[in-house]
Amino acid sequence: MTLALPSGPAPAPRRQLLVGSTLAGLAGTTLIGGMLAVWLLERQQVVDAGERFPMKYIIPEVATNVMLITIFGLCFFAQWAVYSARRQDRGHTGLALSVVAILALSFINAQAFVYSQMEVELAEGVYGALFYAVTGTMMALVIVGLIFTVVAAFRTLGGRDWQSEIVSAHALYWYFAAAAYSAVWFVVYVTK
Amino acid sequence: MEQSGNAMGAGSALLSDGRIGTLVGAIADWATSTDHKKIGRLFAGFGLLGLVAVSVVAILRSLDAVADLDAFNGQQLNQFAQLHHFGMVLMVALPLTLGLSIAVTPMQVGARSIAFARMTLLGFYMWLAGAVLIAVAILNGGGIGGADGDMVDLSLAAMILMMLGVVAAAISVATTVLTSRAPGITMRRVPFFSWTALVQAIALVVTAPVMVGLTILLFVDHRNSALVFGNSDALADWLPRFFSAPMVYIYAIPVLGVFAELLPVSVSRRHPMRQLVFAGSALVGVASFSGVTMQNDFPVDFSASGQDVVKSLVVMAFFVGLPLLGIVITLLTAPLVAKPDGSSSSKPRILSPMLFGLLATLLFLLGAVVGVLIQVVDLELAGTAAVEGSVALVCLAAAVGSMGGLIFWAPKFSGFKRDEKKVLPLALLGALGVVLAGAPAVIAGLADSDATIFSTLTLVGYALMALTVLAFAGATRGGTADGTSNPWCAHTIEWSTSSPAPADNYAALATVRSAEPELDQTPEGSPS
Repeated sequence: MTLALPSGPAPAPRRQLLVGSTLAGLAGTTLIGGMLAVWLLERQQVVDAGERFPMKYIIPEVATNVMLITIFGLCFFAQWAVYSARRQDRGHTGLALSVVAILALSFINAQAFVYSQMEVELAEGVYGALFYAVTGTMMALVIVGLIFTVVAAFRTLGGRDWQSEIVSAHALYWYFAAAAYSAVWFVVYVTK
Repeated sequence: MEQSGNAMGAGSALLSDGRIGTLVGAIADWATSTDHKKIGRLFAGFGLLGLVAVSVVAILRSLDAVADLDAFNGQQLNQFAQLHHFGMVLMVALPLTLGLSIAVTPMQVGARSIAFARMTLLGFYMWLAGAVLIAVAILNGGGIGGADGDMVDLSLAAMILMMLGVVAAAISVATTVLTSRAPGITMRRVPFFSWTALVQAIALVVTAPVMVGLTILLFVDHRNSALVFGNSDALADWLPRFFSAPMVYIYAIPVLGVFAELLPVSVSRRHPMRQLVFAGSALVGVASFSGVTMQNDFPVDFSASGQDVVKSLVVMAFFVGLPLLGIVITLLTAPLVAKPDGSSSSKPRILSPMLFGLLATLLFLLGAVVGVLIQVVDLELAGTAAVEGSVALVCLAAAVGSMGGLIFWAPKFSGFKRDEKKVLPLALLGALGVVLAGAPAVIAGLADSDATIFSTLTLVGYALMALTVLAFAGATRGGTADGTSNPWCAHTIEWSTSSPAPADNYAALATVRSAEPELDQTPEGSPS
């Protein structure tokens, strides 16, 4: 005969958003890592053939370096949002999240600037497809982060209950995005 | 006119007694539900449907070879081959095991819901849309070597959509096990099935994005210039890496969980070596390194110099040997559990889901052994039908094991315990189908033969698989409901809630003091 189990105490804090964001960051890392691995493989073949990679395009390095600084600055403001949210400081949390969103938009704008300056032909040569696939995926990850920031702002500032966990999870995502862009910056824009 | 009038009359009758309304309501309820038990069963249900479809495609392929029909041209046979191969992995093994994990894992760890339930549902729809689009694209000239460029692009885009959905669902499963366990369920006390679900989910989280990234590159290149990777034929150099051994092992990991979960139940005893099972199933997860590194070829040439053999053997042992070792370890714990120790007076029982789990694990082992043999250069199996045979053995074993899980946890889904006499023969029928579907291809590869007998046996195997699924669907309708929450006398916490389990699983969280909380509640049980 099976008897009913007695009731237990209240469950411990779940931190589902933090763990979920960590796993999403892990997935994003393998996504960008896999793409960069293929990039390096194809680049090696071009270099081994005695050609330059990219063959004819000039990379606007000021813009790409500013993008790197932007995304690390973005992490700083995301962490400020976490600091404020833990103290239930609505004003500073809102301000920090707003700056994060503005910096994310700036990053996207800078990427668009890079595209317009380089004028890479998608259908011409090996470089075009690889370049747009890798940088486009990176930009998509930043757009996801921007959406995450907006959702975190709504749920923190507009929700009935004060939630700091989503702000922490959102900051964690931006740390991952900064690491991913650092790799893209080094492989695509520096080593070329 | 009269017929039309009758039809309208029947329609009015349906409307008047509210059956259509009830049906629409039920469909809407299932389509929008965030109850993990329903989402998981949607995944698994479409996985079973996929198994029937894949079996039909395989039968058509084999029939063409057996009867020398010449009914299909080379392009069509190529499409069938791809539907068969991709289908076994993406439309059968993956949805069945992932669906079972989604349906069962939250209950097993004492959670009221799955983490990110709406994301899990979105993942299901992304997977379903991707599966349908891949099938449509391949049938219209897409896929590897496809003649229609737009359809090739569509098949690649659909694959991206599908794998993103899988990642979403896998993140939900992993987060549930890591964060939503009831008080007292430490990681050491996590049920075996939930542990294997966690291993599979993390393996999917790290490997599926690599496949997505590669497919994005292939898509952008093929859509615009095809200068990097070449035309659609060149896709064959890249995509199959994710659809062959050892990468496919991660789709079958939960089968080990079903087996390990049910063995102690059938002998009414606690598992004495839980850590060994944890280690064994985690070792199978090593197969994910194959996906992360995009490698499936680890050749060992015994005719080479001693140093080269050792080097290649070490690499092969890591990527392909460790997963095999994991399956062996899990199986070797069985005698430890079954050995009488005087702690239980109950006689061992042959439970039908246990038989499904045991046979599926043995078939998984067989597929993994073939996976090792394929790497031995001297056997010349690489590139032969043996590769497809090993994939068939692993993926169809995953399907058989998942069926066992669906039978075991059926009381928690529907309140009914299935009729053992009806489902027990299905385990044997399904296992026979798997052997015939996979083994002839392996033997054909070993014998370097394309004799008709192999195609005939494969045809019979897939016909048996389709028959098993149809009989399974029939046998799992109804059953007996004795009103108890634990009709199997199982050990884990999900059996403490009512059958069927309510939408939020538990009215109150229980205090768990061992890995077998239900066994603690029996007069002869005591916490370990």
